[in-house]
Amino acid sequence: MINQSVPPNLNAMFRLQWEQAQECFVLLFPEGMVKLNGSAGEIMQLVDGKNKIVDIISILHKKFPEAGDLTDDVHEFLIAAYEKKWLYYE
Amino acid sequence: MNNETQTKVGPPLWLLAELTYDCPLHCPYCSNPTELGDTKDELNTEQWLDVLTQARAMGAVQLGFSGGEPLLRKDLEKMVKHARELGFYTNLITSGIGLTEKRIAKLKVAGLDHIQISFQGADPEMNDIIAGRGNAFEQKFKMAQSVKAQGYPMVLNFVISKQNISQVADIMRLSCQLNADYVELATAQYYGWAYDNRDHLLPSQQQLIDAEAIVNEFREKQQGKGPQFIFVTPDYFEDRPKACMNGWGSTFLTIAPDGSALPCHSAKMLPLKFPNVKDKSVSDIWQQDFSFNRFRGDSWMPQPCQSCDEKEKDFGGCRCQAFMMTGDMDKTDPVCSKSPDHHLIQEAIERAKNPTSPLLERVNKRSIKDADIVQIKL
Repeated sequence: MINQSVPPNLNAMFRLQWEQAQECFVLLFPEGMVKLNGSAGEIMQLVDGKNKIVDIISILHKKFPEAGDLTDDVHEFLIAAYEKKWLYYE
Repeated sequence: MNNETQTKVGPPLWLLAELTYDCPLHCPYCSNPTELGDTKDELNTEQWLDVLTQARAMGAVQLGFSGGEPLLRKDLEKMVKHARELGFYTNLITSGIGLTEKRIAKLKVAGLDHIQISFQGADPEMNDIIAGRGNAFEQKFKMAQSVKAQGYPMVLNFVISKQNISQVADIMRLSCQLNADYVELATAQYYGWAYDNRDHLLPSQQQLIDAEAIVNEFREKQQGKGPQFIFVTPDYFEDRPKACMNGWGSTFLTIAPDGSALPCHSAKMLPLKFPNVKDKSVSDIWQQDFSFNRFRGDSWMPQPCQSCDEKEKDFGGCRCQAFMMTGDMDKTDPVCSKSPDHHLIQEAIERAKNPTSPLLERVNKRSIKDADIVQIKL
């Protein structure tokens, strides 16, 4: 189901923002907010319509070398985010 | 055990800015206080901008511009711009009366994130009777289309009551026609004018069951496409109360038109002295004020709440509802089946079957003619 070469895009209804007061990234939408935990925030930051999934994984590997192979985690998260309509694929 | 040296209270994530209680409509379900106050006591632009700055510094991130009708403030665009620059996600909660294509565009340039338009019915007849104003439906319909066309997320709010609950299916069809993104089917809550009119507004349990069935059927047919419908039913038919405001003074901060800082938009009715942003800082208000601390934690709770294993789920319900119905703001919300006052809810449901007093139309201090609104059209 996941196409490695299509970059995911953030759904225009949502805005991703770092919130210092909550020390995490949040997704903001009409009258609502989703708090993203550490890894969710790291991944969503890279969802920009340009980074393909392989790019996202490789960037995170470089940033967190101690985390080991993140491929499955990233896939799992992106599937969940797609189901929640936080992102879409052209 | 002393609860006072507890963890510092979290940030007021949601700020509701009630810019004015003035409004061109007369909805009987309005939750504004029946004492609407005077526009000359309203905060001015500078005062509002300062409130926004202070609240944002405390971590507020969702901001609602509401009222009354916020469009009646000519300085709305200034406030939106400032809010957006501060990093707020900005929501305009409006009747749509007073909106024009030009103003929608101006607000977008100022940085407004979302416009929510209220509807009072699925057609002009129902809508305009409830709103108490001719051509309201037509105006709302046109503006809803323009909001969508100008690239905003399009959110509709239908206040549901006994008066219009039979129109739920048509309401959902209208929402699809308008290509709404989110739709709130919000059964009126009973505060302010809505409390006085409750007998005319509270649907019967059967009406709610039927409406819920219609909503679920419609959702199934949608198969994930089209508007996302949220159906909120009145707590009178539940046996546990809502976790009002996510807990008193925990997440929500309301600033009323005259600068009163409240934990919710109806709290002014309570026998508590609330602070004003004209005199105190938002930080001082949120963290130190007696009224905000009054129902934080659980040391204030009476029985049965004090010993209840669900107290951390619903915090004993709504203080305003407890006060309105029992006269005592500390008591368990009568919605709870554990409340010794639960019979009051059952009595209210009975009375709503046969209203005896007339429906009160929300009456503004001044009648807002079309000319007033035209002046504000940009």
